[in-house]
Amino acid sequence: MTIPFAITLDVGSSRANHTGSWRVERPVYVDRLPPCNDACPAGENIQGWLYDAEAGNYEAAWHKLVEENPFPAIMGRVCFHPCETACNRVQVDEAVGINAVERFLGDLALEKGWTLPEPGSDTGKRVLVVGAGPAGLSATYHLRRLGHHVRLVDSASRLGGMMHYGIPAYRLPRTVLDAEIARVIAMGVEIQLNHVVHDVEQERRDGKFDAVFLAVGAQIGKRVDIPAGDSSRVIDAVNFLHHVANDDPPLLGRRVVIYGGGDTAFDAARTARRLGATDAVIVYRRNRERMGASGEELEQALGEGVTVRWLSTVNKFDGDHIVLEKMKLNADGFPEPTGQFEELGADSLVLALGQDTDLSLLEHADDVAVRDGSVEVLDSMMASPSGIFAGGDAVPAQRTATVAIGHGKRAAHGIDDFVTGRVAEPKERHELASFERLNTWYYADAPRTERPELERIRRQTNFEEVIGGLSEDNALFEARRCMSCGNCFECDNCLGVCPDNAVIKLGDNMRYQFDYDFCKGCGICVKECPCGAIEMVPERN
Amino acid sequence: MTSQRVHFYQIGSFAVGNRLLDQEERTVQAQADRANSIDSGHRACQGCGEALGARYALDAAMRATNGQIVAVNATGCLEVFSTPYPETSWRIPWLHSLFGNAPAVATGVAAALRVKGVKDVRVVAQAGDGGTVDIGFGCLSGMFERNDDVLFICYDNQGYMNTGVQRSAATPPAARTATTEAVGPEPGNTFGQGKDLPRIAMAHNIPYVATATVADLHDLERKVERAMEIRGARYLHILVPCPLGWGSASDETIHVARLAKESGLFPVFEAEGGVIRSVSRIRRPVPVEEYLSLQRRFAHLFGAHPRPDVIARIQSMADENIARYGLFAPESAEESV
Repeated sequence: MTIPFAITLDVGSSRANHTGSWRVERPVYVDRLPPCNDACPAGENIQGWLYDAEAGNYEAAWHKLVEENPFPAIMGRVCFHPCETACNRVQVDEAVGINAVERFLGDLALEKGWTLPEPGSDTGKRVLVVGAGPAGLSATYHLRRLGHHVRLVDSASRLGGMMHYGIPAYRLPRTVLDAEIARVIAMGVEIQLNHVVHDVEQERRDGKFDAVFLAVGAQIGKRVDIPAGDSSRVIDAVNFLHHVANDDPPLLGRRVVIYGGGDTAFDAARTARRLGATDAVIVYRRNRERMGASGEELEQALGEGVTVRWLSTVNKFDGDHIVLEKMKLNADGFPEPTGQFEELGADSLVLALGQDTDLSLLEHADDVAVRDGSVEVLDSMMASPSGIFAGGDAVPAQRTATVAIGHGKRAAHGIDDFVTGRVAEPKERHELASFERLNTWYYADAPRTERPELERIRRQTNFEEVIGGLSEDNALFEARRCMSCGNCFECDNCLGVCPDNAVIKLGDNMRYQFDYDFCKGCGICVKECPCGAIEMVPERN
Repeated sequence: MTSQRVHFYQIGSFAVGNRLLDQEERTVQAQADRANSIDSGHRACQGCGEALGARYALDAAMRATNGQIVAVNATGCLEVFSTPYPETSWRIPWLHSLFGNAPAVATGVAAALRVKGVKDVRVVAQAGDGGTVDIGFGCLSGMFERNDDVLFICYDNQGYMNTGVQRSAATPPAARTATTEAVGPEPGNTFGQGKDLPRIAMAHNIPYVATATVADLHDLERKVERAMEIRGARYLHILVPCPLGWGSASDETIHVARLAKESGLFPVFEAEGGVIRSVSRIRRPVPVEEYLSLQRRFAHLFGAHPRPDVIARIQSMADENIARYGLFAPESAEESV
């Protein structure tokens, strides 16, 4: 062959030139812990199920959700959603309405009849769960999935614990509650209602249980000494709500004063309004900033005609009048009496001052430590090396259904390790996906979708649900507001922005990999990754 | 509201791809089987904006023509880093002749194809800003005037970068280069000089003139696609940050390009027949400082002896652009999907 003048080499591809050797740092794909997941007391993989919901794969989303928490429809109504407080989107516009999407998924599952995962194959291990509230039911669910036999006992006549007897129906309709509980029970659970456990050790021996989970809750309303006449109607809020849940509401009269500033106080006040009280007055010794209930709950209560006397304590009740003492906050934020008094007309007084546990069933369980009315537990929720576990309101923690559900899950895994003799391996936690790691340029601007609220006038007289659900359009919109913090959502940015074509797309849902033969380590992919799922690490050698 | 809801896709069209969009609505760059017109192994610096811009533009042209393009390249970074003998990074037919004659060579290629009766093969000519606004300017103006069927793409990195960062007529005022040092009372490049080539191209009344940056891929690809629908002389001016010459961090290339547009210093628009048809509005306005302070070529405006007076002059250039092109969105502007 005649070679033209001055050309002696054949043309070759520049791929022979491995520019990866220039690199001093290399990009690597990482998964970081989204703040919502980090904040969820029930340990839900929120970013994970939103990812499926974003694509309209609601059933896959729901299945991912119930991996951790079998009660999305309940959670979507009563959870205080710390996930939304933690949400990075707060710093862009407003938090993603995670709670509303959760409810949408939960309701859709009930409507479509989606079923929970099958129980695990029988292990022959028997677990006694005392208390059928959120902690007990959650533990039951996870224990059944692990294949253990569960006997669930409760002193009440219905399942649900405080979800049934504490949370009013206008916040959690009983059809929803019962349907989600029924789904867990359908996994095969031995149930014993109206059964009080007096001695847990005795009960355990009689039933030959390998382990016990105590989720007895905090059922006893705290009392304070308030001088009150014999005829005065004083009731504690737990008792009051319990009676209402049993369709046996006590007569409170027209003017009801509720003493306390937590969620239960607001539940009691709003319930009193619905039962016909013209005045439902909450008396709270601190101010608005320091109340235990959420701002949302306060707004809803005020909208229903509940009034609040801040910085006041109940001094005396004579059956017709309550004497209030004005308080002021000292430098540490604690209320102090001022010596100023005023009168308030009242037919009854509801005490919502917190709840105590009844742990008398532990009298013979010598190796269980009880301090300040709470059971001391390890991270695994283990209360005694003999195999007693505890959770929910009976252990020191925030007393909410979501926290209790998280306890139930943790206890189930702790019990599983215990009965199988396994040593629990500490779970690796990813680094937090902080806001600074995001590139928010890429997210479309989109304000949050609010859920419809029931007309106020209707709320004052019935127990219909106050907050509505999202339509599918809105739920999809809301899910798509998720920024997928710290977890690749396949936006193809790294693939596109690499000047050296050194990113290989592995296919749908399989993410990408770097071609280190050619990656020069410029770091554009890291900078332009919307969700912060790539980081630069120093090159060794 | 409802129509906006339907079009909401999390990252919309800001990112390269989006799993929630149909394949057709995603960019060429999001496709695993894109042409990769310029291949790996090229010798461009880390974080090179020009290598990126060239792939963006040519891959889009490849899609628009079903792979039927010929590229003519002027001398410059792009030519040097892609073809050290005997290797080439080009996966498309590619010619290089001289620094100043790329538009004329492209004209010749187009003429040859016409003579041969080949209609489906299209010609793209490309050059850096030096090859476009300075050295190739005469040939380019002729190509525009004759309305030859060529898409001419200028990858504007605002200077002669591969020869050691000298000033070109596209270097912005106050920028430090090897030939406009940051010394004296008026440090860096002179104000009031230089050429605004997109406007000069528009003055030729050619069918299509557009500007783009590597920070908005959807916009860039759409413009290439539009250009390939048109016959005759077309001009695309793409801002491609140069980490070496600008003194910006290699990972900031896209960020810097985005700030050039968001500050108003680099107006992004398209014009047909000499008339502006659309502008990319500013989404998140920033003062020019934010753009300038990321680049060491403007370091003499900050630090121990800051020059707020010079920064103010640059800001007023941005403000003039904002006014001239209407870069601020009217109030009820639609959110891009």
